[in-house]
Amino acid sequence: MSIGHALLGLLETGPRHGYDLKRVYDEHFGQDRPLAYGQVYATLSRLLKNGLVEERGVEAGGGPERKRYAITDAGVTDLGAWLVTPENPQVYLQSALYTKVVLALMSGRSAEEVLDVQRAAHLRTMRELTRRKQGGDLADQLICDHALFHLEADLRWLELTAARLTELAKAVAE
Amino acid sequence: MTPILSATDLRKTFGSTPALDGAGMSVAAGEVVAVMGPSGSGKSTLLHCLAGIVAPDSGSVVYAGRELSAMTDKERSALRRGAFGFVFQFGQLVPELSCLENVALPMRLGGTKRRVAEARAREWLDRLEVGEVGAKRPGEVSGGQGQRVAVARALVTAPKVVFADEPTGALDSLNGEQVMRLLVETARETGAAIVLVTHEARVAAYSDREVIVRDGRTRSPELVP
Repeated sequence: MSIGHALLGLLETGPRHGYDLKRVYDEHFGQDRPLAYGQVYATLSRLLKNGLVEERGVEAGGGPERKRYAITDAGVTDLGAWLVTPENPQVYLQSALYTKVVLALMSGRSAEEVLDVQRAAHLRTMRELTRRKQGGDLADQLICDHALFHLEADLRWLELTAARLTELAKAVAE
Repeated sequence: MTPILSATDLRKTFGSTPALDGAGMSVAAGEVVAVMGPSGSGKSTLLHCLAGIVAPDSGSVVYAGRELSAMTDKERSALRRGAFGFVFQFGQLVPELSCLENVALPMRLGGTKRRVAEARAREWLDRLEVGEVGAKRPGEVSGGQGQRVAVARALVTAPKVVFADEPTGALDSLNGEQVMRLLVETARETGAAIVLVTHEARVAAYSDREVIVRDGRTRSPELVP
């Protein structure tokens, strides 16, 4: 999962302090693994260095926690490209796809497009596995089937999410 | 590639329920295209329109350069019997006939003599690895065997396009795999295109590409970067 992109996505809705970013991140994506402060500031400083975010005002008292960060135009472009780049179809997709869908909804982008490119990438991998299976011996077939069933599970989740996008958009907007 | 079959801007409403709302797709000769989408998305209606079983309210379906709606009923029937083959989820075999007679049926309807038709049917049953069920009736064979008989019947007339609507929907995983493998293998050998309606990704993975149907509209991933 790309924490940098997740933070960019959250910043697209408006400038925030590091602390604020951590809170919103944990609320949406940190169920199993809340972000550490160090991780937030390290990521922000990398985004800053790459010109994807900029400082937007510092409150009196100094220290990194007083700085407000805003996404730059380059950051918006980078985020947009990431959202429609499919995740590498792995046996376990983890939470990257969920994060992308939520961030797309938050930023008013097409969550359907995120799901469409992912479906296409999954099906491409599933086709390769199916071809390998057809030309393979029993061991090949069983190994490919294992991967195929897992990828199919991702796709079933993807279709269910596609069917519930309106509902999810409402929940995200709350 | 020039499509052998193409549909443009299809609209179809059943009562007050729109099933297709501007759907379109095309199939090249010998291509296997999966039509995917959730239940009620319109994918079966799309298949029925492509196959000339259902007439769309508007839009066009063109097969080999000819508009389906411009054909007479008789021409469309001949097309469905000769150039098209069909495999459905179940219930497509005539229960009173033997499996061999079922496979021979499309040729018999087309005027082929019984002996010739049944010899060809026997070859096809062997090719689908169910040569042993020829004398049995559909009610006496397993689901997997029944679907292979159905595939044999769909391919026996050397169709240009096979329409398969959830062909493995009633089968367990292993039988489903075997039916898909045989369907795609034999279609590739004979050069038939397949329009494969399925909601299962593992079945769709046998295709060359997919068309997604949602709310009666189609989306092709090649249009997505």
